[in-house]
Parts: sequence; structure tokens; C-alpha cells
Amino acid sequence: MNPRLYPLYATIGIFLFACLVCYIQFPFMASTRVLGNLLTDNAYLGIVAVGMTIVILSGGIDLSVGSVIAFSGVFIAVMLRDSGLPAPVIMALLLVVTTLFGAAMGGLIHALAMPPFIVTLAGMFLARGAAYMLTIDSVPIVDPFYDRLQDAYYLMPGKGRLTLIGVLMLASVAVGMIVAHRTRFGASVFALGGGVQTARLMGVRVGRTTVGIYAFSGFMAGLSGIVFSVYTGSGYPLATVGTELTAIAAVVIGGTLLTGGSGFVFGTLIGVMTMGLIQTYIVFDGSLSSWWTKIVIGGLLLLFIVLQKGLLRLTTTRLASPQAGAPV
Amino acid sequence: MLLTIRSLTKTFPGTKALDGVRFDLRAGEVHALLGENGAGKSTLIKCLTGAYRPDAGEIRLDGQPIAPRSTSEAQELGIGTVYQEVNLLPNLTVAQNLCFGREPRRFGMVSSREMKRMAQDMLSGYGIDVDVSRDLGTYSVAIQQIVAIARAVALSGKVLILDEPTASLDAREVEMLFDVVRGLRDRGLGIVFVTHFLDQVFALSDRITVLRNGCHIVTEDTAALDRVRLIEHMLGRALEDEVEHRAVDHGVAGPVKPEMLAFDAMSRRGVVEPFDLRIAKGEVVGLAGLLGSGRTESAELLFGIRGTTTGTARDEVGPVRIDSPRAAIAAGFGFAPEDRKTDGIVADLSIRENIALALQARRGWARPVSRTEQARLAETYIKRLDIRTSDAEKAVGELSGGNQQKVVLARWLAMNPRFLILDEPTRGIDVGAHAEILRLIHELTAEGMSLLVISSELDELIAVSDRVIVVRDRAHVAELTGADVTTETVVRAIADHGREEVA
Ligand SMILES: Nc1ncnc2c1ncn2[C@@H]1O[C@H](COP(=O)(O)OP(=O)(O)OP(=O)(O)O)[C@@H](O)[C@H]1O
Ligand SMILES: [Mg+2]
Repeated sequence: MNPRLYPLYATIGIFLFACLVCYIQFPFMASTRVLGNLLTDNAYLGIVAVGMTIVILSGGIDLSVGSVIAFSGVFIAVMLRDSGLPAPVIMALLLVVTTLFGAAMGGLIHALAMPPFIVTLAGMFLARGAAYMLTIDSVPIVDPFYDRLQDAYYLMPGKGRLTLIGVLMLASVAVGMIVAHRTRFGASVFALGGGVQTARLMGVRVGRTTVGIYAFSGFMAGLSGIVFSVYTGSGYPLATVGTELTAIAAVVIGGTLLTGGSGFVFGTLIGVMTMGLIQTYIVFDGSLSSWWTKIVIGGLLLLFIVLQKGLLRLTTTRLASPQAGAPV
Repeated sequence: MLLTIRSLTKTFPGTKALDGVRFDLRAGEVHALLGENGAGKSTLIKCLTGAYRPDAGEIRLDGQPIAPRSTSEAQELGIGTVYQEVNLLPNLTVAQNLCFGREPRRFGMVSSREMKRMAQDMLSGYGIDVDVSRDLGTYSVAIQQIVAIARAVALSGKVLILDEPTASLDAREVEMLFDVVRGLRDRGLGIVFVTHFLDQVFALSDRITVLRNGCHIVTEDTAALDRVRLIEHMLGRALEDEVEHRAVDHGVAGPVKPEMLAFDAMSRRGVVEPFDLRIAKGEVVGLAGLLGSGRTESAELLFGIRGTTTGTARDEVGPVRIDSPRAAIAAGFGFAPEDRKTDGIVADLSIRENIALALQARRGWARPVSRTEQARLAETYIKRLDIRTSDAEKAVGELSGGNQQKVVLARWLAMNPRFLILDEPTRGIDVGAHAEILRLIHELTAEGMSLLVISSELDELIAVSDRVIVVRDRAHVAELTGADVTTETVVRAIADHGREEVA
């Protein structure tokens, strides 16, 4: 078995274990309804986490995404209210704006050789501030196109609703998987995560890739913002505070190394689902308060960090042991 | 002329790394690029391959002026390079590393099956058995080096550049590499070869260019140069034969030195068979053996890097605890590791800080090493090891490869341990500094320090060691003392039973 897949197996194993626990406690949780809700409720998180996975794989971090989601909702709501442009146009406009915003951050990170943490922290305040500039209130979205989006679902057997935004999330994961694992851009992302200097010597165009990475994350954050606005039906500048951290948690629980260079986009989906499942369990239980979610997630995070350290040690001892790769 | 370089100049803050250098490469030749540590060899290569932008000068490939702005552009021009520093990514699979930038695609997507096949093709002919879908980092340094070479060879349509490719290869692997290089030369490629092993220069190269202090000194046919003149060109002076003179006189048994350390039945299952080791005060014990024979692993047991399955250590006073590097350092041990590129340095810290690092760690943070003391130490070792730098405050990452290695060495020497393990102390270090280091080893032992030296260069090992232990197949198989310490006896002990047994 290939050791590089261990974290992914661990992630899947934990998810299956969580499913089992839920099933034993509440057998009726094993329904397409719960599944449908799980996908719908976590759609915006899953989408933004895909972008975050790419960023973290490259050894970076993007703290701006939570604010960008909030900005997106406000932008759409205010534009719909004031501009009279059709909703799809506004959405396209928004995606352009957030993608450019991400690209600009990537450009700064590369050009100034600044830590992504600082640049995206600034981006976080900027986007949040921009949302406030548009409005300080929660702006409801009233639009026929939106109504159609909200009502679009496929009725699965068992009365579960596979909503459009749930499908969009799954599609984003699929796109993320292709981008990360099946393109040259993705290879460059992993290379950057392995070491910028080495990557440069191997022929990675570092600047271009960095810009691409943060642009991708910005795009995903914008898309997530659209989904979130569909989900809540409003735009509110104070929404999704701290979502960037939840996304980072999902990525790490999904088996991606926080220091970059190793991980799987599919793992991130499982990470999001695991977190959603814990949430659902707590809702079902009813007697547990919701901060238990945070505690369990905290515990899982710790577990994964320990696991990754252990794996790292495992691979380094393999490296040093004479059997590994002995010449024939 | 395949490649011509004229008046190439590159300045770093405080150093003129290249000063109007010229260099010619013919198609179908192996051209050795030589010079001391810090002479500018790697800088020349990096300017040529787009990793650095030269300040001035002209590069022509096939008569056309080129100015690659990135390494990928150079690759597209048919220049494949193995850089001196780690040049592949341990977190990618072997196949991804090999095919990086040229991944086979189907419908726009990278096809991992195709890539696997391509990678296996690239590695065939190198005689190594690796699973290309594994992370490169799980393989030994030697394998990684061969993978890097295979990649560069595949990328080099016209020019192949090898910057110290043989540093971590054993004799057999070097031979194999040379066969590959000769094959490419016969196909009409131009090959630039940098090394500090002069034997390899004479074995492989057709012409030699020597750089010194960033200047072009000479370009000549290898046949027209001999070793002594070559060294003179490199150093700008003759090399005193001091090493030979000072070499341990193995003939006479000197005064019996008092025993200082005794290790009994040290072992770790599956890594090293149990061995005993006695070391006297001021004694140098050499550890000889092939790569992967268990030399480094033995040293790691002694320094607590790997836990032991069995074994005890004691000194004159009583038992010594060496179950972790920390404990070993506290017991007065030191260990300059083989893979100094990754294990050794903090690239962003200055030379002074790097040298003071281990000493500080040993003292504990409550008793800081004063700034003046640090400066004094740095000054001493910059002089003693001939570290080429503009000043002690320069970041280690900005030194040339060989000079970085000297800094790591200096760090352990500065700790003044009573027992120091040196794993390949002269690898990547030029002939001049090589002699300096051997001299330093003699000085240290005279002061009472005991050393365990691991080296693939037998001449060097024999020159410094009072005693040589031969390691084979993860066991200590022979110990040679006195008049028995000669190249032939050691070679015979290493080769005994041959390598067939391993297979
Ligand atoms: N990035 C850098 N920043 C500042 N100075 C540098 C940098 N790279 C190299 N130098 C300086 O340029 C000079 C030449 O270094 P270079 O690496 O070319 O030497 P080299 O001939 O390859 O030596 P070695 O045999 O040790 O590898 C050295 O004095 C070194 O300190
Ligand atoms: Mg060099």
C-alpha cells in the first residue's frame, strides 16, 4: 500500500466511524433526507474549502475567504436591489471581482515575497470593510431567478432533496480534484508546497502559479458566496465570520498537510461531511448544546495533526532504513 | 561550438561571483568545470539556465544568443540541469518528479498511467529498482540523486549540466552514471560536469575549465594537464603535501592511548547487527564500507538518533546515557551528519549564528554565548576552514555549496565535543580545503578529541584513521589496526564475499 494515501484512508475511516456511531444511535439518520440536508447545509463550506485546499497544498493560506463570502452576499443583494441588472449578470460580475481580488493577493504575495498569512489577513479586513461600505443591514434578496435556484432540487428515492447548491458543491469538488491532481497547474501547486526554491529550479513559473492559486481561491469564495446567498436568501455583512477557519479545519481533517505539499481534494469533501455529520448528530440528539461540535472538531484536528506527525516520522525512518530503495 | 559564453558577469551584494567569464562547450564533449568552493561554478550554471539573471555578458546556443529568464525556458531550449542543491521534490512521486513540466496528457488531463510508463522508461538503464508511484522522499539520497540525473538527461536535448552529481553516489553508481554520460556524449550532446573528485575529472572529461574567484583561469584539454598543475590552477598556488606527511604512521604502535569510551553490543534490529566499539582519547577510528552498508546507521545509534535494541555505553567514570541526540550532546558527543544540505543549516541565519547554534543549545538558554564570543568563534573557523565569505554576518544560504558544508562542520567543531562523529566530512569540499580539514582533524586529536570518521574516500580515511572498522551488510565485519590499515586491505575487507550475498 502506498503510504502517501494513509491520511486519506484515515479521513475516510473516521468518516465511516462517525456514520456508524450515528447509525447505531439514530438508525433513521441513514436516510437520503439527512444526506440531502448534509450536502445543502454544507454546500458553501465545501466549495470554499476546495479553494482552500489548493491554497494549503501550495504551502499558503487564505484568510480572506470568510469575508469574501459575506461581501458576495451583500454585493448581490445590493446590486439586485439597486442596479436592475439581471441576477446571472450580477453573479458573473461578482465572480470576476472575487477572482481578481484573489489574483491581486497572489500577485502581492509573490511580488513582495510577503507571507500569505499577512496579505490575506489584509484581504480579510478589506473585503469585510467593502461589505460594510455597501450596507450595514441585512438585505433580503427578492428575485424570481433566485426563487428558481432555491427551489431547484432532484427528489431522491426516500424523499431526500438533492438541491442545486448541493450538486454545485459536488461539482466543485470534482473540478478541484481535476485541477489539483490531473493538471500541470496542480503539479506546480504541489511543487510549491514542497519548496519554492526547488520548485523554481524544476521549472515552475512561481509567480504565475501563485497568482493562479489565489485567483482560484477567490473564485471559489465568490461561488461559495453565491451559494450562501441562495441558501440564506439575503446578504449580510456580518455573515460567515470565521468561515475561513472552519474551512481550514475541514481541509486538515481531510488529510491535507497544513504545511503544504501533500493532500487530497477529495479528502476535503470527507472533512466537510464529517464536520457536518457531527453537527447533525448534535441536532438529532437535542440535549447536547452546539458547542459540542466545536469540541469534537477540535479533537479531530488534534488527532490529525498527531497522525500527520506520526506519518512523517514513519516515512523518514523508511527513508533511512537500508532496505528502502536498495539498489538491485 | 555548441555553447559559447562571453564576458559573463554576476554580482551579489558584497561579492563579484562572476567577472567576465568565458566558457565554450563543443557538441560531443564532456567539459569539466572546476574551481575552489565559492569560485563561481554554480553561479555560472545558474546564469546559463535562467535561475539567475546575469548582469552582463552573452550566451549563445548554436550561434543564437539566448537569455533564459526561467529554468523552464532553459529546459525548453534543450538544457537539462542537475543543480548542486536538492533539486527534486520529496513530496511528489518519483514519476511526477521525472515528468514534471512534461506530463503526458490525454484530453488535457495528466494521465497517471502514461506518466508511470514514461517514468519507468526514463529510469531504465540506471539499474535501480524503484516504485515510481511512491513519494520520492521515501527513497535514499543516492536514489534521489539518480532520479534527478535521469530527469536532467531526459530534458537535455543539447546540453546536460551536472553540478556535483556524484557527491552521494557509491563507486558502482558513479560508473553507471559515467556510462550514461559517455553514451550521451557519443550522441553529440555537450556535457558540463562539476565535481571536486579529481579522479573523476580525469576519468571522464575531455576538456577542463578552471575558475578562481569568479574569473576564468584556464581552459585546456584534459590530456594536456596533470593533477599537480590542475590543482595549482585551482588554488593559485601549489598544494603542500602536508596531508601525506602528517598522515598517521600506521607502522609503529605509538604510546597506548587511554580508553575513553566503550560501547557494547550496540544494535538495532533490522538496521545494524550488534557491534562493540572502544575509542581512546585522541584516537581517530575510521568507518569504511559501501553506501547503505550500515555506516551511517551505526553512527546514528552512537548518537542516539535511532533507538537501540541492545547496547550500553560507558566512559571512564561510568555509564553514559545516549538515548537521544540531546543526551548524547550532553555527554559531550557531536555529530556532523552526511546530508548536511537538509540536516545541517539554517539558511537565513548568519554564519556567526549558525556556528554558535549547537554550542548555545548545549549550554542551555540561561547562559547565552556572548556576542563577542560568537564573533571570535566565527572568525576562528572562517579562517581555519577557509570559509569563503565577505563577512561573518552573511546568511549561510548565500554561500556556495561547499562553504555551507564548512559552516556545518564548524558548528560541531565549535562545540568542542570529546567525541565527534564526522559523516563524509570532505564531501563537496575542494582540494585545498580538503587538506585543511584533514589537518584540522590531526590538530583536534592532538588536543585530545576522539573522532569517528565515515568516508567513502578510502585514501582520506586511511590518512586520518588510527584504526579502520569495515562495515558490510549492516554488520561490523573487520577491524584493521596498525600496519594492516592500507587501501588494499580495506578494499579487500569491504569486497569480501562480494555483493552477491546482498542480492
Ligand atoms: N544567492 C546568493 N547571494 C549572495 N551571494 C551568493 C549567492 N549565491 C552565491 N553567492 C556567492 O557567489 C560566490 C560563488 O558561489 P558559487 O555557488 O557559484 O560557488 P561554487 O563554485 O559553486 O562553489 P562550491 O564548490 O562550494 O559549490 C560565493 O562567494 C558565494 O558566496
Ligand atoms: Mg557550487
